[in-house]
Amino acid sequence: MRRLGPLLVEPTLEPSWTWSLTLSGLSIVGALLTAGFVFRAYGVEPLVAYRTLAEGTLFDARALPEVVRRTIPLLLVGAGLVLAFRAQFWNIGAEGQILLGAAAATWVALFSPLPPPLLIPAMFAAGFLAGALWGLVPALLRLRWTTNEVLTTLMLNYVATYAVEWLVHGPWKGPTMMGFAYTDTFPEAAWLPVIGPTRVHWPTLALGLAFAGFAAFLLGRTTLGFEIRVQGQNPEAARYAGIDAVRTTLAVACLSAGAAGVAGVGEVAGIHHKLLSPYQVSLGYGYAGIVVAWLARGNPLGAIPGALLLGLVFTSGDVAQVALRMPFRVTDVFTGLILLFLIGTTPLLHMRVQWAPQRGQPAPAATPVTPEGE
Amino acid sequence: MEATILRALAFGTPLLWAALGEIVAERSGVVNLGVEGMMILGAFFAFATAQVTGEPLWGLAVACLVGGAAALVHAFVCVTLRGNQYVSGIALGMVGLGIAGLLGRGWEGTPLARPLPEVSWLTLSGILLSVALWVFLRHTRWGIVLRSVGEFPAAADAQGVPVFAVRYLSVVFGGLAAGVAGGFLSLAYRPSWTEGMTAGMGWIAIAIVIFAGWDPLRAVAGSLLFGALFHLSFRLQGYLAPEALKMAPYLGTILALTLATARRGGRWQEMPEALGTPYVRGER
Repeated sequence: MRRLGPLLVEPTLEPSWTWSLTLSGLSIVGALLTAGFVFRAYGVEPLVAYRTLAEGTLFDARALPEVVRRTIPLLLVGAGLVLAFRAQFWNIGAEGQILLGAAAATWVALFSPLPPPLLIPAMFAAGFLAGALWGLVPALLRLRWTTNEVLTTLMLNYVATYAVEWLVHGPWKGPTMMGFAYTDTFPEAAWLPVIGPTRVHWPTLALGLAFAGFAAFLLGRTTLGFEIRVQGQNPEAARYAGIDAVRTTLAVACLSAGAAGVAGVGEVAGIHHKLLSPYQVSLGYGYAGIVVAWLARGNPLGAIPGALLLGLVFTSGDVAQVALRMPFRVTDVFTGLILLFLIGTTPLLHMRVQWAPQRGQPAPAATPVTPEGE
Repeated sequence: MEATILRALAFGTPLLWAALGEIVAERSGVVNLGVEGMMILGAFFAFATAQVTGEPLWGLAVACLVGGAAALVHAFVCVTLRGNQYVSGIALGMVGLGIAGLLGRGWEGTPLARPLPEVSWLTLSGILLSVALWVFLRHTRWGIVLRSVGEFPAAADAQGVPVFAVRYLSVVFGGLAAGVAGGFLSLAYRPSWTEGMTAGMGWIAIAIVIFAGWDPLRAVAGSLLFGALFHLSFRLQGYLAPEALKMAPYLGTILALTLATARRGGRWQEMPEALGTPYVRGER
């Protein structure tokens, strides 16, 4: 236990959730302050910029549905990545898995002979499978040859990006699209229903919430979840306990990648109604999902507020583009900085800080006086 | 043939510089996955400086410093605050790409007035640097000190080695080299500025580090190999869809990494023992 002015600091294994929320809040404030310097370097007064962004997002009722629709893919990706990171499987490839899910859904919508009522369920299933397969490759490579999955998942993002580019420029290019690099528009039976005049495709939102709940149940209440947690905390102990690393790794890889695939289905079936440039299908949700997972502090349900926050950041990106004439890239600065601050404050997470002013009293008798020269 | 080698050298130069920097950082026990971010910052600041001053060498110097400054942030988060090295690097990559994309918007698409030659003293000095680093890491006292910090920091600490200082210096060296690599991209290799022009090269450099078994000399061979791969994927234009060719270096990276790891039965003798773990004094 150490005393810092009026504060008592002691190490703890189980941080309280108020303390972890405080640190997350401080990280966000830190990111906003730091991003202010970047704004100024770009030639926009940070205070003016933040006021414009807040007016365009927080204080504009029309912005709320936009925030929610950005939240949907972030939630699916983030909740899945919580599982993966808990097992120490560093899946950085959600971006590519989103694209694979989107491509698989497009195939079902445009080229499969399914009757219209089956289209949407089949698209979700195909998206999950395609994403999961894309995530399975690095998992198998790691299990068989210990190939570093950070690098393989990341490389596969580039492969997926060019694969989708090839599809929309080549074999799937829509004949009715007048030379644009899009596929044809999906039949209306393959459009996801939305809430009112918004772009909130609620089936995907429901799937995201259900997936977060399922992941929390899996992690907290099942044997497999227990094995995932042990595997992540202490692989050596897991091995001695007879926990099968193949099973846990494959499970988290398929679930996290499959959820990202479902997010991709939502983007093409709920928003665009066609497959288009990979940079428009996913605006970096795969990478931002890493931040969501980190904000969730290892709890899949924590991905819900985390995804909402990042959804807000992405919507601010839109506002920045229109109102401040800044490129959308500004969201990368925010998300990256939030992540950096979250990592930096993690050691503090395992400190319990108590407010305990001394009020001029002598130290309690139970505390031995430290001898000098210790 | 000669042309192929020259092109492979041109492609390989930024990969080599970035890989050499990462080798030094990782040999001290710190992974920095933010190479991509440091490179793109280097590329942008090099271009902007060269364009304003008219002197590409100033651009290169600024790129070097910017890369080092970015690495300093990573070192602070990972060494002092003991944060997760992998995620901190990924965050650094995002911030780097974001800042460069934001500040670089007005500079997009303008060609550089005075570019540096493509295969030049930068390529040569990259090769010389790798020889120097090989000698340094193997045969000098401070090189062995650096490696001991990456293998067993507690023992090094007990011997009186300033573990934190060594790690800081190594990570910052990695940033300086990645900055030069980025500067080479925008000053010599493709003398212009485009958003995202590093195109995953930083990640390929990290793959080269593993592929080369953390050995600076073998990194030269690795960089040439990947440089040739990039070049050949351009040469095959016309036979295959352009997108398939663009995929080739990334698929090649996965393949090379897997083959190299599999050949060693999944165990890298050369991998620094303490790689990725923060050092806490007095803890075992």
